[in-house]
Amino acid sequence: MKKQKLVVVGNGMAGIRAVEELLKLAPDLYDITVFGAEPHGNYNRILLSPVLAGEMTLADIVLNDLDWYKDNGITLHTGKTVVKIDRIGRKVIADDGTEAVYDRLLLATGSLPFILPVPGKELPGVIAYRDIADTETMIAAASSYKHAVVIGAGLLGLEAANGLKLRGMEVTVVHLGDWIMERQLDQASADMLKSSLEAKGLNFLLNKQTEMLLPNSSGRVGAVRFKDGSEIPADLVVMAAGIRPNTALAESAKLYCNRGIVVNDTLQTYDPRIYAVGECVAHRGVAYGLVAPLFEQAKVCANHLAQMGIGRYQGSVTSTKLKVTGVDLFSAGDFMGEQSGKGNVDAIVLHDPSGGVYKKLVVKNDTLVGAVLYGDTADGAWYFQLIKDGQSIREIRDHLMFGQNNVGDAGHAGQSHAAAMPDTAEVCGCNGVCKGAIVKAIKEHGLFSLEDVRKHTKASSSCGSCTGLVEQILASTVGGAYQPAESKNKPVCGCTDHPHGEVRKAIREQHLLTIPDVMRTLGWKTPNGCASCRPALNYYLISTWPGEAKDDPQSRFINERAHANIQKDGTYSVVPRMMGGLTTPDELRAIAAAADKYHVPTVKVTGGQRIDLLGVKKEDLPRMWADLAQAGILSGHAYGKSLRTVKTCVGAEHCRFGTQRSMDMGVKLEKMLLGMWSPHKVKLAVSGCPRNCAEAGIKDVGVIGLESGYELYVAGNGGIKTEVAQFLCKVKSDEEVLEYSAAFLQLYREEGYYLERTCHYIARVGLDHVKAAVVEDSVRRKELHQRLLFALQDYEDPWQQAVEKQAVRREYEVIKLVEVTA
Amino acid sequence: MSGWVKVCGLNDIPMLGSRVVDSAQGNIALFRTADDKVFGLHDKCPHKGGPLSQGIVHGDTVTCPLHGWKIGLADGQAVAPDQGCAGRFEVRLEADAVWLKLS
Ligand code: SRM
Ligand SMILES: Cc1cc2nc3c(=O)[nH]c(=O)nc-3n(C[C@H](O)[C@H](O)[C@H](O)COP(=O)(O)OP(=O)(O)OC[C@H]3O[C@@H](n4cnc5c(N)ncnc54)[C@H](O)[C@@H]3O)c2cc1C
Ligand code: SF4
Ligand code: FES
Repeated sequence: MKKQKLVVVGNGMAGIRAVEELLKLAPDLYDITVFGAEPHGNYNRILLSPVLAGEMTLADIVLNDLDWYKDNGITLHTGKTVVKIDRIGRKVIADDGTEAVYDRLLLATGSLPFILPVPGKELPGVIAYRDIADTETMIAAASSYKHAVVIGAGLLGLEAANGLKLRGMEVTVVHLGDWIMERQLDQASADMLKSSLEAKGLNFLLNKQTEMLLPNSSGRVGAVRFKDGSEIPADLVVMAAGIRPNTALAESAKLYCNRGIVVNDTLQTYDPRIYAVGECVAHRGVAYGLVAPLFEQAKVCANHLAQMGIGRYQGSVTSTKLKVTGVDLFSAGDFMGEQSGKGNVDAIVLHDPSGGVYKKLVVKNDTLVGAVLYGDTADGAWYFQLIKDGQSIREIRDHLMFGQNNVGDAGHAGQSHAAAMPDTAEVCGCNGVCKGAIVKAIKEHGLFSLEDVRKHTKASSSCGSCTGLVEQILASTVGGAYQPAESKNKPVCGCTDHPHGEVRKAIREQHLLTIPDVMRTLGWKTPNGCASCRPALNYYLISTWPGEAKDDPQSRFINERAHANIQKDGTYSVVPRMMGGLTTPDELRAIAAAADKYHVPTVKVTGGQRIDLLGVKKEDLPRMWADLAQAGILSGHAYGKSLRTVKTCVGAEHCRFGTQRSMDMGVKLEKMLLGMWSPHKVKLAVSGCPRNCAEAGIKDVGVIGLESGYELYVAGNGGIKTEVAQFLCKVKSDEEVLEYSAAFLQLYREEGYYLERTCHYIARVGLDHVKAAVVEDSVRRKELHQRLLFALQDYEDPWQQAVEKQAVRREYEVIKLVEVTA
Repeated sequence: MSGWVKVCGLNDIPMLGSRVVDSAQGNIALFRTADDKVFGLHDKCPHKGGPLSQGIVHGDTVTCPLHGWKIGLADGQAVAPDQGCAGRFEVRLEADAVWLKLS
């Protein structure tokens, strides 16, 4: 088939990101031609500020060098501006006469700096701050002139001013408004920022309207005059008074523009052959001026260019950071509380002028809608995530201001300020990655996302408890370009663009029964998925269609396939079930005998009230299980995303304080839940009284006995990040404990995303949602309970199966070689 | 033992799964892909020696069970950005019998 032709106008961050995404999806679909008005390859425009400040060089900020275009077969025309689009002849024409024919056209022309329409604006020495050429002009000016004036105290203006000051110029920032950065900050935080910039040597003139720029004797700009008649000297004037989407080319081709080239959710313009991304675009009336949303646009656009036809761009919430070294400033969302429409808007404010800290959180109807942080931005990424997810903060409202570390224990010994950490400090304890290595990888490989950092450094790719720190490092290294993934809509993995919720819905609504069915229906990008999505799909299928969907052992992690935990040396550990932590002399004898017979090197009591036999060879597993089965011992599922343990205390059976028979209750629960697969592991505990010796307060389901019945708690977690379980309700009888616990767990089984513990599930859906289904609606509760019992009715012990079934046994057998001459 | 040896039938290896062959050169993992290609690798991950045979097979790749490195089945090379090689063995199929070349 003849390749189609794709022409890209604009060799900048959004356009080339779209090309990169396209090459990932459909490397051979198009012959690609790129026009760029600048004489360079694609570079990281954001980092022009550190270049100006002398903290980086131009070579450091190249994203795609010329070899990249060559290696990907892309024809690149640098230094050529496209001046005409011939929509009928389907070609573009550049200023030097170069033409290129297209089947699809992508406009990514960025934006133009707004130049104040004042007399003198065309004098030499008057520039904007947009590209490499401007940056070079400023660097050159700084070495031979003294006075710089920056007009506009937005992000760009302040970064320009800071850079020029560091290069030795006297800098005055002129601003029309009452306070600086009024689009990002409120007055209190702006005043603090202004003082700290003044301390760095910058001068500010607020409430000043520029009237004209005056030349000096040699014809270069020499002074700025204001409406009030005053004048200040200026050898360099930088206009940073805003940007305008660069739509001239699109308009000349009669494409509909309205403060940007108007596109729909697939980034298509009014001409279906023409797409547009980046700062030149108006999407649902919004033109974005930060790269994170532009990258999202690029991704969706590439998907449609690749003819996969899935994914819509639905707009973005943005956040910004000021990239001035030594100044910590972060703002996100609707921080003035104005754009969020009607409702109960509150601002929670912490203001410590001497300490140099200001924080404002804008809360509307129990969700966080905006944040401004000055002086301490450590929790920026977390607040931003809360804003994007729109999740209810009612439960954490009273300590929201004090940050993520205050909401449970983050497990990093108070180390939460990435910026203050030395390069040698270890960030990821699991993989031994220090801060310096992460920063280096981000800079060297031009990384923008958490996923990329994980791939390159392994940081936060194991237990995940350092994710927040890694996000902070990413945010402080790349500035506002970092955008945390929306946890609600995160795709299952790189094999698909569908988030977990959509996959679950499709399986349920379309009655899908096998992994290949799901992949076909939802257009998976890989032939048979990967180690992340296959286990998720397998769980979704068997939990949605119990008895109908068949379990696929090859899509299970080895522990679940071999019904034992793999160890670092490739041996396995065997944990027999001891319901409620109870055992018998006979069981103990059988375990001891098995330990002897199979030369088990380590026998250990686990944190789950049972015994672990560690270091068993895989080939020995079935025989060892057969021996244990003789004594009636079942698999403990210490290896599964499944029911793990029900811990109990001695309770009213023996204890002088016991009010309920906790051991009995625990055993009943464990029996009911035998063989339950779940999104993640599930642990329960039953204590006989509120002294709570079974630690029910940190379990997925915790039961505490009282004189009058039981209290039920849900969504506790004692692992990576301690979460105290939340009170669900009080019940009277053992039967009710079983019914309510089962209903809650079934709801979690039906709605949870794979690898989401109950605490994460409830953080996402809210406790009220769970209470409505499990506590308030007795019909639904009974239905949920029945569905769980139905799913568990045909349960067979997996150890027993491995002993009995030849097909299953093959998993454990090693092939011995028999010589045959060839 | 060296040269080509017949080790098992194709159906002795589960699709998208693997079997372990005990050899004088250590354990060899045989993998079978969805389109019935069979590959042989040293059953030792280049990262920290994890048993690759116990990983999840997808496409022409296996994900190591210990820390999730991805290893290409055709050449034993770790998928970038990880680096390392598990060492491969030649394998051929003959009328549904799997043959392995030992050096
Ligand atoms: C054996 C045991 C440690 C012990 O010697 O006591 C253990 C061992 C492992 N735990 Fe654990 N955990 C054990 C009790 C716990 C407990 C305590 C408890 O259950 O009361 C916790 C905290 C409670 C909780 O889960 O809420 C615990 C929190 C974790 C976590 C963090 C989970 C989280 O959501 O934060 C992981 C990692 C994971 O699951 O992703 C983990 C993962 C693991 C794994 C499976 C790591 C792995 O993937 O290979 C360990 C297997 C070691 C091995 O080589 O066999 N283990 N682990 C305990 C087995 C209990 C049992 O009888 O089944
Ligand atoms: C100094 C500075 C600091 C910044 N800091 C941040 C930050 O911290 N965080 C953040 O998120 N964002 C920041 N930004 C904004 C960010 O750089 C832009 O949002 C982003 O670069 C826009 O991407 P784009 O592809 O739409 O436009 P651009 O990157 O501007 O690319 C457009 C390209 O198209 C070319 N072009 C235009 N018309 C034509 C034509 N007719 N023919 C051929 N070529 C054409 C232009 O020359 C340009 O190279 C900063 C910007 C600047 C200037
Ligand atoms: S047993 Fe648990 S805490 Fe101990 S090393 Fe393994 S995962 Fe970590
Ligand atoms: S041993 Fe294979 S990934 Fe670590």
